[in-house]
Amino acid sequence: MRRIVIWLASTVTVVVLLFGYHTSTNKTASSAPTVDGTSGPTTSAGNAPTESPSSGPTSGSNGSGSTKITTYTGPVAQTRWGPVQVKITVQSGKLTKVTILQQPNGNPRDAEINGYALPILINESLSAQSANIDMVSGATVTSDGYAQSLQAALDEAGI
Amino acid sequence: MSSTSVQGLADSRIQRRVEHLMGMPISLALRGRHATTVAGDQAWQATINQLRQVDVIFSTYRSDSIINRLDRGELTIAECPAEVAEVLELGREAEEQSDGAFSIMLPTRDGHRRLSPSGVVKGWAAQRAAQFLAALDDTDFCLSAGGDIVCRTADPSRGTWRIGIEHPFDPNTLVAVVPIRTGAVATSGTAHRGAHLVDPRTGREPRGVASVTVIASSLTWADIDATAAYVHGRDAARWLQTRPIRSALVVWADGTTTRLLTDPLSN
Repeated sequence: MRRIVIWLASTVTVVVLLFGYHTSTNKTASSAPTVDGTSGPTTSAGNAPTESPSSGPTSGSNGSGSTKITTYTGPVAQTRWGPVQVKITVQSGKLTKVTILQQPNGNPRDAEINGYALPILINESLSAQSANIDMVSGATVTSDGYAQSLQAALDEAGI
Repeated sequence: MSSTSVQGLADSRIQRRVEHLMGMPISLALRGRHATTVAGDQAWQATINQLRQVDVIFSTYRSDSIINRLDRGELTIAECPAEVAEVLELGREAEEQSDGAFSIMLPTRDGHRRLSPSGVVKGWAAQRAAQFLAALDDTDFCLSAGGDIVCRTADPSRGTWRIGIEHPFDPNTLVAVVPIRTGAVATSGTAHRGAHLVDPRTGREPRGVASVTVIASSLTWADIDATAAYVHGRDAARWLQTRPIRSALVVWADGTTTRLLTDPLSN
């Protein structure tokens, strides 16, 4: 149950973000944008982001005619999980890309957004042991180096 | 690191198996209904057997492999198993989509180009072999082929798999963790083998980037995109933004990092 609560909370984070840049792209909008068709609450984010003045649109390189590409950098939103900032790209009036510029590290469980898995950076105080990992992804782990590897320790732990 | 220090999700519900193939460890974690059943064992054996067959066809280290005989002109593509044409086509597609940063024709020291499809084969083979594990009812799996991972969660209540991303400057530590239910995680860099990734267009090593991790729905393309992004060097993050991936982590040569989450609304 705790997991579900946290997961929903992460969805709220995303919705908060989307509020954040929605207001920066369309200042007349007041209703909640329906951005999350798959799950989670789309309204009543309990803690509204404290917004710093949002930056205006930054024109893209090839901005001409109907294929105009514009990027918007949202304000840094202070959520209970930490600062979050998003950049979006709009092409021909359609949202084509979302890039997370800042994302909280504090809550390792909140990074999975609608099935997307965002790497959570580990700060120095968090060791591999306390990261509770199941498998290690690295640059071509060879059998030669295996005996000393974190993956070997994990494999051994489960046997 | 002692085995008892690995805690949390790595608990008794997870059954682990390891085999060494193609010069790398193939590790499996299973949880759920078939974690300890005969059917679970059989799926693991089928996975390993298929990877062995792939090695016989594609190993560039075996002079008698199909791929080396093809490269020497002793066989035609029509005489090879169907997998060869599939992999060559995948390599062609990868080269086209990466603006040539990825190629299965790699420059050799004497200035020639050699057929070397291993950059495609690993991810493709692991993704393909995982079909046996995916067929296990009510069972979650996490399969690693030398650090490239494909995983599935049949029952969300069992939680995400947690993939540690090795630090490119110190393989005994992690730079990040990826919580993922179903999908693939691939990392390219030079931490273990020294510099082995070169730009096929120039023959030179990429600059500015230490490792690239790509999270996508298929390991076939996660692996290709991680390698191609690494070869793009300082343009790695910019190039990844054009790719149909879920997310990525770039560790730069100066130790700074960039995380990307692409197109979350279009899927």
